[in-house]
Amino acid sequence: MSLLKHPKLETLEQHCTEALKEDQLFTFAPFSQREAEETGVSNYSYWRSTFSAFRRNKVAMFLLILMLCLLLFTFIQPLLPGQFDPNLVSNDARGLPLRNKQPDSVHWMGTNSIGQDLWARIWAATRNSLFIGISVALIEAFVGILVGVLWGYVRQLDFILTEIYNVLDNIPTTIVLILVAFILKPGMGTIILAMSVTGWIGMARFVRNQVLVIRDRDYNVASRCLGTSTWRIIGRNLLPYLVSVIMLRMALSIPGAIGSEVFITYIGLGLPPQICSLGNLINEGRKLMMSPSLRYQLIYPTIILSVVTVSFYMVGNAFSDAADPKNHL
Amino acid sequence: MLQYLGKRVLRSILTLFIILCVVFILVRQMPIEGYFPNYQKMTEEQLKNGIHQMGLDQPMIVQLYGFFKNLILHGDLGTSRIYRNNVPVAEILAPKIPISVRLGALSILFSMLVGLPMGTLMAKYKGRFFDHLGTGFIVLIQAVPAAVYYLVIQLYGTELLHIPMLFKVNNPVSWVLPVFSMSLGNIAYYAMWLRRYMVDESNKDYVTLARIKGAGENRIMFRHVFRNAFVPMAQYLPTSFLNTVIGSIYIESLYSIPGMGGLLVDVIKKQDNAMIQAIVLLFATVGIIGLLLGDLMMVLLDPRISFTKKGGDR
Repeated sequence: MSLLKHPKLETLEQHCTEALKEDQLFTFAPFSQREAEETGVSNYSYWRSTFSAFRRNKVAMFLLILMLCLLLFTFIQPLLPGQFDPNLVSNDARGLPLRNKQPDSVHWMGTNSIGQDLWARIWAATRNSLFIGISVALIEAFVGILVGVLWGYVRQLDFILTEIYNVLDNIPTTIVLILVAFILKPGMGTIILAMSVTGWIGMARFVRNQVLVIRDRDYNVASRCLGTSTWRIIGRNLLPYLVSVIMLRMALSIPGAIGSEVFITYIGLGLPPQICSLGNLINEGRKLMMSPSLRYQLIYPTIILSVVTVSFYMVGNAFSDAADPKNHL
Repeated sequence: MLQYLGKRVLRSILTLFIILCVVFILVRQMPIEGYFPNYQKMTEEQLKNGIHQMGLDQPMIVQLYGFFKNLILHGDLGTSRIYRNNVPVAEILAPKIPISVRLGALSILFSMLVGLPMGTLMAKYKGRFFDHLGTGFIVLIQAVPAAVYYLVIQLYGTELLHIPMLFKVNNPVSWVLPVFSMSLGNIAYYAMWLRRYMVDESNKDYVTLARIKGAGENRIMFRHVFRNAFVPMAQYLPTSFLNTVIGSIYIESLYSIPGMGGLLVDVIKKQDNAMIQAIVLLFATVGIIGLLLGDLMMVLLDPRISFTKKGGDR
């Protein structure tokens, strides 16, 4: 206290009050509601920042637009003039099927070994394959997140779910895939089921590990002390933290599902031939690949498939980077 | 340590048991028609006899009990019924395992020889041309389904390099394409993780210290960073090794390699229950051993990690 009463300070104080009168020192500012609230509320929005961070990645942006166009085009294509039905066998003037016709102005990508228009088949296949991929990703995400959150958050469930995980994780995925595809009738539902049966496990474990890490952070303890319900803590405090990784896994499981479909079709348990999918087309093309003139039947579907899978992969990676708040400005 | 290992092995055996039960029950859900190639022409009587012979008319519990009794007491995996009639499963599998093991070992060797240097160089030249090139390669390999690039390799490999399309054990040239295809995935995987771990490591203080001491950049990368970054990698190596050795189903059937992988699809389609169970047993055992070996490798390589510590005592 004695320090505060330093003689020099006192003289300084006197000097100040002498120089300026009180009304000169302070003036009232006009009250403005808007300005008063401006500093109290941050204009940071998670999703806006995520999208602005994403937009800065030019390659990913390009691929995203490309992908959206592709997806849109698979629906527009049947409506365009001069298109064929993907299952229609085209005949030539003498009434014989146009087999293995090279690409020309009528059949833009040629015809396959029984005379169906490859262009129409490729787009129908892309639509189906994307449908499979996206459904699998959504189911996996839903089941995976649900189980993962319960597993990580509810302590009583931890032991039993860990044991179940150990068993399920050790059954080779391929075996389950083949068995399910084999036991049920071939079709879209079977394929999606077969892939989802194994796919959610990885997601669940991932979510569980993350939840374990952040479950007992101070802000969650505080919430719990204030009586916030468990579901609200999970929905508001835990899941937003996981958005970036969940999106990444979902984006990666789409190419994964499309690839598995190719594999299942190869071993002969895939979709029936009247539902075309990229796996079906590639498998048809594979049978003809040794004659160079017919190789287009393998190459076109392969190119489309590669474009789709690479796009999803890159967009997923870029989005997960953008969704990480550490990368926000 | 020993106590921990003992517990771990016991748990693994329990897991194996449950896996076998699950697969056993799943396999028995398969349609009955599939068991008999000439199902259409068979009479009721013949069908009943056939099912009785396979023991499929007994309750599930009895079937399970019989299977495990044979397996544990006699080490008997059963006999194949359809794949090769009345031949013990072990006899069928025995000649196939060495082929898969040799292919897998070659492929792992190749992927380590390429993947590890690639990852190291990518970490060393981070953000430069080589890093971008490597990342491009990794993205391509990971995003494009293996089923597709295997086909492309087979197509252009046989055409441009004049390598025989089908595999022959005695012809070493015919080994090139399968081994190469099997390796690509592993190469990308090793390179990606090694790069990530090395980049993480090189931000640590001891690297700065080494640099202050005046150690050369190469010495830091190989003597310090690589060794530390390799420890978390080591955890995955046994699993990836064993998985590759088991054989890639797709590659083995593309090149008609008489190994383990192609066999599984074959026997599932033919509904040869004993064979399916035996192969699942083999695969699952190998997978579990891989996990165990991975943890062991970590402990052996890094003295800071120990099995028994419960965190916090160091």
